Amino acid sequence: MSIRHALLALLSEGPKYGLQLREEFEARTGEVWPLNVGQVYSTLQRLERDGLVESGDDAEPGPQKGFQITAGGAAELAGWLRTPPDLASPPRDELVIKILIAVRLPGADVHEVIQTHRRYLVELMQQWTRLKDEEGDLDLGLALVVDAELYRLDSVVQWLDTADGRLRRAALEPPAPSGAPVPRIRRRTGLRR
Amino acid sequence: MTAVLELRAVSKTYLDGADEVHALREVDLTVEPGKMVAVMGPSGSGKSTLLTIAGALETPTAGEVAVAGRPLSAMSRDDRARLRRRAIGYVFQDFNLLPGLTAAENVALPLELDGMSAGKARAAGLRALAELGLTDRASRFPDQLSGGERQRVAIARAVVGDRRLVLADEPTGALDSANGEAVMRLILTACRGGVGAVVVTHDAQLASWADRVVFIRDGRIVDRTAPRPGPDSLLTEQPAR
Repeated sequence: MSIRHALLALLSEGPKYGLQLREEFEARTGEVWPLNVGQVYSTLQRLERDGLVESGDDAEPGPQKGFQITAGGAAELAGWLRTPPDLASPPRDELVIKILIAVRLPGADVHEVIQTHRRYLVELMQQWTRLKDEEGDLDLGLALVVDAELYRLDSVVQWLDTADGRLRRAALEPPAPSGAPVPRIRRRTGLRR
Repeated sequence: MTAVLELRAVSKTYLDGADEVHALREVDLTVEPGKMVAVMGPSGSGKSTLLTIAGALETPTAGEVAVAGRPLSAMSRDDRARLRRRAIGYVFQDFNLLPGLTAAENVALPLELDGMSAGKARAAGLRALAELGLTDRASRFPDQLSGGERQRVAIARAVVGDRRLVLADEPTGALDSANGEAVMRLILTACRGGVGAVVVTHDAQLASWADRVVFIRDGRIVDRTAPRPGPDSLLTEQPAR
């Protein structure tokens, strides 16, 4: 997550002090991502060095030092909001790797491994849903963060369900003939059997 | 405290030609008053059979089912029918409202069928609709309601009167996420009022509203969620970088 851009966004509302920036950051993200004040000041120093913010005076970084956004900072923020995060290449997802290993590991029951992870994910989702039920009505930022987390975890459960079904079907079907060339797309994305 | 639903070693076997199909195998499940239990599993895993047996719509091949402490096997057919009308509410994916009746009449219908006077049943139906925020929809017909409103009417019908157990089969089926969430909140509210609920689903987001989740596969309960610490534990992660 970009603290740098979150601070620029808060400063685009008007000049603020470091401590105030920390409190507002935490409040707007539903207090899901705690931030220590040292991180705030070191990020502000880098933003000032890069000309994206400026301080009102020459005081040392501290509670009394105010900051405001520059025109360069506003342009940087506008560009960042519209830049897609890198979702193009598959991440080295630890859970995917565990399931791939369990499929081939002698003595491992891949369906039992899948269920262990499915249960854990549903338990986590129960906690997030409880949080939304209890506090989501009071805090829009928190409700948005909780929805994002529920959809993320749900997509992992759906992948596990799909993998479970695919493995069960594969166990009933004869294996594909070996020796076929590996498709080019697989080599390009670095995925191997 | 008496469980609202108790399944003990319940099995259900169908004959498909010469083949035996084991839809449920020695299922144990207890639902306490005030609790929502979700049953999660893929299609064909036996979760809908579990619901029809819990709702006294089918009898098990082996094992025992008790609703509100009363074993179903010891009851006559008429007593079971009465129990279904009085103590058990059903919520289906496709709402199952009668198109020729208004919202209020749909909700009052199970009470009238149970012998309550039309006036009393209507008053109870209107109370149930009011609790779900549907007072101004009471005299509309199902085709004059949105999908979300229809499902809220179906929930009102499921909790009207002195219901102890609510059984829901994919209750948010075709609804969008906001209406689906509203439906789960209403079932949870009914639970907090003292009924027990079983929600059958393949959807993890839906299941996550439940107090407990059991996982069913090939007719067997293969796993259950453990009690978890409160949601505060989610918010004590490492500070953001």
